[in-house]
Amino acid sequence: MCGIAGLFLKDQSLAPELGGLLSGMLEALSDRGPDSAGFAVYGDGDAGQIKLTLRAAQSFDFAELMASLGKVAGAPIAYQVHDTHAVISLPVDREATIAAALVGNKDVDMVARGKRMAVFKEVGLPADVAKRFGLNTMSGTHAVGHTRMATESAVTTNGAHPFTTGTDQCLVHNGSLSNHNDVRRELIRLGMTFRTENDSEVAAGYISSQMAAGASLQDAMTSSLSALDGFYTFVIGTETGFGVLRDPIACKPAVMAETDRWVAFGTEYRALVDLPGIDTAKVWEPEPAKVYLWERH
Amino acid sequence: MPTVDLASSPLRELNGALHRLTPSTNATHWTVTNPRGQHNIAVGLDFPVEIEIDGHVGYYCAGMNKQARVTVRGNAGQGVAENMMSGRVHVTGDASQAAGASGNGGLLVIDGNASARCGISMKGIDIVVKGSVGHLSAFMAQAGKLVVLGDAGEALGDSIYEAQLFVRGTVTSLGADCIEKPLNDEHKVELKKLLDEAGVEGVRPDEFKRYGSARKLYHFHIDNVGSY
Repeated sequence: MCGIAGLFLKDQSLAPELGGLLSGMLEALSDRGPDSAGFAVYGDGDAGQIKLTLRAAQSFDFAELMASLGKVAGAPIAYQVHDTHAVISLPVDREATIAAALVGNKDVDMVARGKRMAVFKEVGLPADVAKRFGLNTMSGTHAVGHTRMATESAVTTNGAHPFTTGTDQCLVHNGSLSNHNDVRRELIRLGMTFRTENDSEVAAGYISSQMAAGASLQDAMTSSLSALDGFYTFVIGTETGFGVLRDPIACKPAVMAETDRWVAFGTEYRALVDLPGIDTAKVWEPEPAKVYLWERH
Repeated sequence: MPTVDLASSPLRELNGALHRLTPSTNATHWTVTNPRGQHNIAVGLDFPVEIEIDGHVGYYCAGMNKQARVTVRGNAGQGVAENMMSGRVHVTGDASQAAGASGNGGLLVIDGNASARCGISMKGIDIVVKGSVGHLSAFMAQAGKLVVLGDAGEALGDSIYEAQLFVRGTVTSLGADCIEKPLNDEHKVELKKLLDEAGVEGVRPDEFKRYGSARKLYHFHIDNVGSY
């Protein structure tokens, strides 16, 4: 099972509605993935700034942490708390200092880094997870979400999707990979680190390693067709891109829709029914082993 | 002429009402609005009723159909008309995977494309797809006819039994034990009848190629043991 929802806006006047629309899409996929849910939102980005997504336990006092980080950095830290997550926005030249201050802090994990991307995920029903993080209020250009029914690894926050293994890069996966241990070993040899035993994190890592070596998202997705074995539908986000790929036998369901204003992915059509203009949208099933990619310019 | 709005009325009520129809009913033509991709719409019918569904449907629409004529004005999710016994199901848009799976009888017409495994394990259903079909269509197909006006994907008719396949366009590849066969006059007559029933105009039976079983796999033969 598992459910994927993805939305890429062509018409930026919809940007304030991005989170609300994705929230509805995820809730529609609850029965495909009631264990956990998560999403990556590509919001505003300022030149020279970087966003770090931090995660901590439920009762964690982010204000206190930010005060101490502010002292280390010599300036107040701009941040927003979303339940168990906080998103810090800071100048790139101050990042190393902050990252160093967070090393060794057992209460806080830095779970995502991006100029525009922030990643939120938790155990629980998709609607509850979306509400806890205030997904409704988030705006942006594109977003990728997932509802998980765990098969390959435990129901934990780390095992929830999206997986991010590179700056502004995230991946969600419906399916199961059969050669992930091999690929993980190979990627570790190349210097990558992994948080989980999860197969989907390996897929994310593979895409990131290809792109770090200079491949375009298109090329990285194409080469994953031969490098990754198993069942998959992937939806992948980068700072400007939104990609979709299904395995060559199209084991997992997928529906796409497109209008002049947006492109959307849903594991089932039910996820798309409340999008504006869906009644006149082009609706189709993406073909197996074909790279679909949209880029903002 | 009942109209059921699935945005406000539960699907189980609709299916229950359709299951309770008796020969004395006047409600022989139903319209269903706002299907919104729900699964299992109009499944298990066993009554000669006409049903029109306005919009895209989810999985297994009109599954196990007997006698009823169901029209989907939109796309259909996986397994539309699966296990159909008789009647007619018409999808005006595209159909997802496994359309007409295991169908025993009746006619399934898809105006658009059908994706992978169309007619998988078909057992007597006739399927007419006006667009193209995806990979592994008619996999283990036992009886009935699959007619494709467009193209067929990889491994058409893999491990086929006695179903007959007619494809007008290209076939990416044939599956194990599926071969091209001559299109004789008797096949053209049957094909013409089916095209007429499906409302296909301007297409001649001799534009198609016929495919079927080489009959080398489905009786056990020790020389073929590697192919089973």
